[in-house]
Amino acid sequence: MASEPQGGLTEYIQHHLTHLNFQVSPNGFWSFHLDSVSVSLALGVIFCLWFWLYARKATSGVPGKGQAFLEIVLEFVDGQVKDVFHGDRRFLGPLALTVFIWVFLMNAMDLLPVDLLPWITEKFGVGHFRAVPTADVNMTFAMSITVLLLVIFYSFKAKGFGGYMHELFTAPFGKWFAPFNFALNLVELVSKPVSLAMRLFGNMYAGELVFMLIAGLFSAGSWLLFGMGVIGYTVWGIFHILIISIQAFIFMVLTIVYISMAHDHH
Amino acid sequence: MEFNATLIGEMIAFAILIWFCVHFIWPHITKAIEERQLKIAEGLNAAERAHAELREADNKAAGEIKQARQQATEIIDRAQQQANQILDKARADAVAEINRLKAAAQDEIASMAQRAREDLRERVGALAVQGASKIVQREIDAAAHKALLDQLATEI
Repeated sequence: MASEPQGGLTEYIQHHLTHLNFQVSPNGFWSFHLDSVSVSLALGVIFCLWFWLYARKATSGVPGKGQAFLEIVLEFVDGQVKDVFHGDRRFLGPLALTVFIWVFLMNAMDLLPVDLLPWITEKFGVGHFRAVPTADVNMTFAMSITVLLLVIFYSFKAKGFGGYMHELFTAPFGKWFAPFNFALNLVELVSKPVSLAMRLFGNMYAGELVFMLIAGLFSAGSWLLFGMGVIGYTVWGIFHILIISIQAFIFMVLTIVYISMAHDHH
Repeated sequence: MEFNATLIGEMIAFAILIWFCVHFIWPHITKAIEERQLKIAEGLNAAERAHAELREADNKAAGEIKQARQQATEIIDRAQQQANQILDKARADAVAEINRLKAAAQDEIASMAQRAREDLRERVGALAVQGASKIVQREIDAAAHKALLDQLATEI
């Protein structure tokens, strides 16, 4: 906002919706959203260090408060996995935990004041900075495509190449409808990561946008609007705590469901 | 909605995070939890076992106390019996001793009486001879009339 002080609300929002982009090559694809990458990596490192430091000295005796908290989180995630998936949880469990905590932390960036991180980075001469990685389609699709790859991998692993191919072409209408079945299964397969990624992205993007719209009231020039802004920001922030938790939870549960479905035979 | 290389970078980052969690976080914490579950189960078992053992020991102790009491009464009974026996024996011994002493005394009395009687008989014989010699005023051959005098003496 500071770079365009008299730009109005539209400019303010457009400014905030612009990623910090790092162009590697003239080709449009080879560029990085440095803000998404840096924040998500920082949060990933925080997640790893936090859990690892406790996991390293995890005791089977009386646990400390920190360990007890992590155990509660882990047991919660493990319970979700156990409900859906009846097999070896040594991979799916940590996967679900990673998804849950990482997505939750990235979503939680939405709770920082929308202008805080951009304001700080501006002091260092960086004009654009979007703090919420999950409001970036690249982030959500990166996760959902990884989940899709895992789904395909586990489909092959659980059913074998022939078994999975057979299922792709014969389910659900039998072998006489093979092309139709295949098209249907392909749509089903592709719809999984798309819905997974778009749901999270949409929620976070919209949430961020609402925060920006409310933040626009602060500079609207009237004390009444400023007061409404404060109240609105608070109410939406509290409501958003619910949204970020639910979105992280949904992403985790759907990941579990998709991968356990890959293990199921039709 | 602009896709770029961030997608690939984040996929790699996600994969690394999953790998890290699979190897360095999940197993340690689940191991701790499972070990604790085992410990708690063992503790509960041990408590139950100890409880059963305590009950068993109580029963055993009660049985032994009962047995000891029974033995004590037996011993007391036997002691009383023995005491009675000793008393009876002592009494019997005393009675026997008394009888023996009494018999000895009687014997002695009898023999002394016998001796006295014999003495008396001899004296009576002599007196009778003296009396008779005085009466007949002549010497009577003591040897020739001894048989007659002895007969007289036994008739006294």
